[in-house]
Amino acid sequence: MKLIFELGTEGRGLSLMPACDVPEYTLPEERTAPLRLPHVSENELTRHYTALCKRIHGVNDGFYPLGSCTMKYNPKIDEDMAALPGFTQLHPLQPVETAQGALEALHVLGSELGEIFGMDAVTFQPAAGAHGEFTGVLLIKAYHTDRGDTARTKIIVPDSAHGTNPATAAMCGYQVVNIPSGADGCVDLDALRAAVGPDTAGLMLTNPNTVGIFDKNILEITKIVHDAGGLCYYDGANLNAVMGVVRPGDMGFDCIHSNLHKTFATPHGGGGPGAGAVGCKDFLRKFMPGPLVVEKDGGLAFDYPEKSIGRVKLFYGNFDVCIKALTYVLTLGRAGIPEAAMNAVLNANYMRVKLAEKFTMAYDEICMHEFVMSLVDLHKETGVSALDLAKGMLDYGLHPPTMYFPLIVHEALMVEPCETESKETMDEVCDIYGRLFDLAYSDPDALHTAPHDTPVRRLDEVGAARNMILRYSFAQ
Amino acid sequence: MNFPAELKYSKSHEWVRMDGEIAVVGISDFAQDALGDVVFINLPAEGDSVTAGESFGDVESVKAVSDIISPVSGTICAVNEALADAPETLNSDPYGAWIIKVEGIGGTEELLNAAAYEAHCAEEG
Repeated sequence: MKLIFELGTEGRGLSLMPACDVPEYTLPEERTAPLRLPHVSENELTRHYTALCKRIHGVNDGFYPLGSCTMKYNPKIDEDMAALPGFTQLHPLQPVETAQGALEALHVLGSELGEIFGMDAVTFQPAAGAHGEFTGVLLIKAYHTDRGDTARTKIIVPDSAHGTNPATAAMCGYQVVNIPSGADGCVDLDALRAAVGPDTAGLMLTNPNTVGIFDKNILEITKIVHDAGGLCYYDGANLNAVMGVVRPGDMGFDCIHSNLHKTFATPHGGGGPGAGAVGCKDFLRKFMPGPLVVEKDGGLAFDYPEKSIGRVKLFYGNFDVCIKALTYVLTLGRAGIPEAAMNAVLNANYMRVKLAEKFTMAYDEICMHEFVMSLVDLHKETGVSALDLAKGMLDYGLHPPTMYFPLIVHEALMVEPCETESKETMDEVCDIYGRLFDLAYSDPDALHTAPHDTPVRRLDEVGAARNMILRYSFAQ
Repeated sequence: MNFPAELKYSKSHEWVRMDGEIAVVGISDFAQDALGDVVFINLPAEGDSVTAGESFGDVESVKAVSDIISPVSGTICAVNEALADAPETLNSDPYGAWIIKVEGIGGTEELLNAAAYEAHCAEEG
């Protein structure tokens, strides 16, 4: 397939670009070469993107149970609201008194999410989850530094955590202390007690955890960290399981990030951009990135917290994403938010029990919004790995679950169906997973070489990782 | 699966060979098989000190990134830089592809002999 720069010919164009409605401006002399823009007709452009659409798989194409990613359906009304001209025609630098509606949208979303998080202040600047983590851990660091407590150099992270947690702690200048999980996949309290001390800056945790189990010791966990003088950071990766049911703030967490592109149904992955909203308790508010929206003189204004860690992104974050999330929250309402969470949990358990007829569950108990299967036995008996089985799913038009994660489960497949999948879809998927399981025994080679019916076959993943081609080389 | 009898092993799947006073460290056949195709290795520098039980580098496979845990404490006196360009050697020749050599050994993790390590691997699946 050709790239858009390889299509068309010099001088060809289209009428989709609007006429210039601002004064013309002479570019600085330093810019000597013309911009390299595609020269395509509207017809070529349309065909190009339609062809690309046919080669991808998104939530509008089919089942997409990527564990810990919450690939839920993105309601179209969210797009309608974000496309309102009152939002799209705003300039980020126009005076706040002329953008009160936009400030109100952020203000309302901030208070709704604050309620769901159990937090007192929310910023929308971080553009994604890891960015939110970075912001949250910087708040923790600013808190300790502000108190003159510079001996706290370590962040505790369980071994089941997302890789971004230790990476975030390291990026913030902390040493990472990994603690092992218990046999049930939850935090080992003794290991945590042994790990905390006067050098503990904080703990990063997600609950329900990465194997889809709600850690019932959560109040004890956060107390152990607080008693040692550390703070608790909630990774909102799995918030979809508990939103509106239990609040991270009430579990004892001091700050949190939540991906609006997961839990709050805005587009995810290539459909982004994302938003990693960060919430914190009142005592951390003064360290938040500015500006925050506040009520002032009967209207809304921007406030720059006194001891702010500084901006983490230009302007106000990915504003349109916030409008989509606001629409989602207001559409579901006080009753709908927890109902969605409960349906997500119900769906995961429905699939877990159905699949347990053939597959081995890593943790054989009631799960939250996702569950982990271990294909160790299947791999031993047939030579078919989790990767092979996942490739086989592609031939059925299914996006595979998350593979080889969490690291504490070998040959892992982690399935998160989300609340937006129907029983019919889940039945069909369980049937296909079961057929692939049987195929591993009857014809393992068919899975070693899968997929067979996709636009591209088995990809050279090693080659792709070692010889990355990240930019297009224009002919000089 | 290969478990050479002349080596010692850590429970986190590194092997150690004592070469006089120097400890030669790599990852086991079981480790490379569990990791899958290795695409990248993050190597330490000569002169760095290592602590038994703590990470001194990491390997990235198509599946995941994993820490390499030092089975011994001491100072790194040699690094197998060739692995940076050919990390796949860890898959094809795990016991030939040493990663670091450590001198001034101050302590070690609990190390297993080949039979005990093989049993440990069988337990982990």
